[in-house]
Amino acid sequence: MMSLYSRRVVRNKVWLSLSVGAAGFGLLWLVLILSTLVWNGIAGLSLSVFTEMTPPPGSAGGLLNPIVGSLIMTLIAVAIGTPIGMLAGTYMAEYGRYDRITYAIRIINDILLSAPSIIVGLFIYEILVVTMGHFSGFAGAVSLAVIVIPVVVRTTEDMLLLVPNQMREAASALGAPQWFVISRVAYRGAQAGMVTGVLLAVARISGETAPLLFTALNNQFWGVNLNAPMPSLPVVIFQFALSPYEDWQRLAWTGALIITVAVLSLSILARVLLSKGVER
Amino acid sequence: MAELTMGAVQFAERSNLKRFIATDSFFKYLTRAAAITVLAILFGVFVSLTLGAWPAFRAFGLDFLTVQTWNPVTEKFGALAPIYGTILTSLIAMLIAVPVGIGIAIFLTELCPRLLRQPIGIAIELLAGIPSIIYGIWGLFVFAPFLQQHVQPALIGFFGGVPILNQFFAGPPYGIGMFTAGLILAIMVIPFISSISRDVFDTTPAVLKESAYALGCTKWEVIWSVVLPFGRSGVLGGVMLGLGRALGETMAVTFVIGNAHRISASILAPGTTISATIANEFTEAVGDLYTASLIALGFILFVITFIVLAIARYMLSRLELKTR
Repeated sequence: MMSLYSRRVVRNKVWLSLSVGAAGFGLLWLVLILSTLVWNGIAGLSLSVFTEMTPPPGSAGGLLNPIVGSLIMTLIAVAIGTPIGMLAGTYMAEYGRYDRITYAIRIINDILLSAPSIIVGLFIYEILVVTMGHFSGFAGAVSLAVIVIPVVVRTTEDMLLLVPNQMREAASALGAPQWFVISRVAYRGAQAGMVTGVLLAVARISGETAPLLFTALNNQFWGVNLNAPMPSLPVVIFQFALSPYEDWQRLAWTGALIITVAVLSLSILARVLLSKGVER
Repeated sequence: MAELTMGAVQFAERSNLKRFIATDSFFKYLTRAAAITVLAILFGVFVSLTLGAWPAFRAFGLDFLTVQTWNPVTEKFGALAPIYGTILTSLIAMLIAVPVGIGIAIFLTELCPRLLRQPIGIAIELLAGIPSIIYGIWGLFVFAPFLQQHVQPALIGFFGGVPILNQFFAGPPYGIGMFTAGLILAIMVIPFISSISRDVFDTTPAVLKESAYALGCTKWEVIWSVVLPFGRSGVLGGVMLGLGRALGETMAVTFVIGNAHRISASILAPGTTISATIANEFTEAVGDLYTASLIALGFILFVITFIVLAIARYMLSRLELKTR
């Protein structure tokens, strides 16, 4: 029979080591996934991956057209989503800070932020693909933009709320109108954070597959026509990985490595930028 | 600042006053319109999915939710198997991810040496940043074969003699299936739960913890009776947020679920989830009823995740009120 005291000590040790074990368990997966990814991806990595088109099964090729397709769609998505997101965030933090509608938008935005991306794909399919009559790169870009907006709204609002109110009051006291205060004082203070939001949004959409499956579809050939189906890296990985051909599977691994490196370096860059911005 | 005083000087000029007011109201309505766009998107999702799913709901009524058949040839569709798969895989994921996620958060806030705190925290969060398709390809080529060869035979053997439980761990080890999908979802959800729980635990007032230590509590007792109760609603919010992700996750699951429209007693068997069904079949769906049924699945997923995420936000906002 243990004394109460040693029972407490033992229980303390058991639970604390379980917690350390949990952290090890979490890190283990990160190491496992990244190492197999590098191991399998690097074998197929060569210059031709970036200069050649996706091959038919059984021959050599690269990932040029899906890489370009992904870049184009990401660019357009950011071009559509960022202004809307930033303006909406501005309204919530500045003009409508105490409005009831802001409260509602904040809840809705948070829900959109974590809503399943495949739902976004279905939504854009219904409103763009069905009405236009065919799949298109444009529809893919819009579906990505729908994912960009909540990310940018959230960071813009949060960052603007961090700007001290005294700065706004000082500017207003000098007689500056509100748009002037917002664009010259508030935006300047929140700059780093807002850029971070855009970077995070890019990181988020560059790996997105589900919303592209039935909006941009895929395309075996070179094409920069936004009105036609457009290939993207994630969708090509999906198609190639599930194919029975070994060359395709190898390319899928290489593509996976490229995406992961891009996404992880973007999110690390965003983190660095944010910590610098906060220090200042 | 030069610009600011300039602005003030300009403002004094009468002729500019009107322009300033006009610009201000223009900017105000522009930002307001953008803010309302956010509401419009959610409304648009709801309306477009309802309209798209309507033919299926009209054809099958409530049976859609309770019928297991999914037959594109005879155009008979029921969502029971995907709904079951979605809930089962998420359940497996949460059973693993909740204790592990909270454990990591406890480690990071209470145990970890200060120097390692940030690197380990970032590493765990990187796990959340990895795109889901990567989890999918890794799960299919690395994790599923590993489970098939080592873990699943052991499970089948271990539970083989146990009544009732052997039903759940029966059948040949396929590698892919509900169990594998649940495990991968668990890995994906862990960072969500741990990063929110960590933020929540960090808000525990030091005074509370210190007074518990002063009464002679062990570290675990402080965590169990001070830190955890204080952050309860926040942690629950994080768990719901993770659940929302697990329910709607598409690509990682699509790779390893096996896409079989049936409900098996064994959790090792292949199955399907709502999102995997949509991802696999949508572009190949011929016929309006088939497409409408898939959109109806999407509608159901949307409603479920909406409710779960709304609860998550409610829980998190309650914590915010408490710490304010």
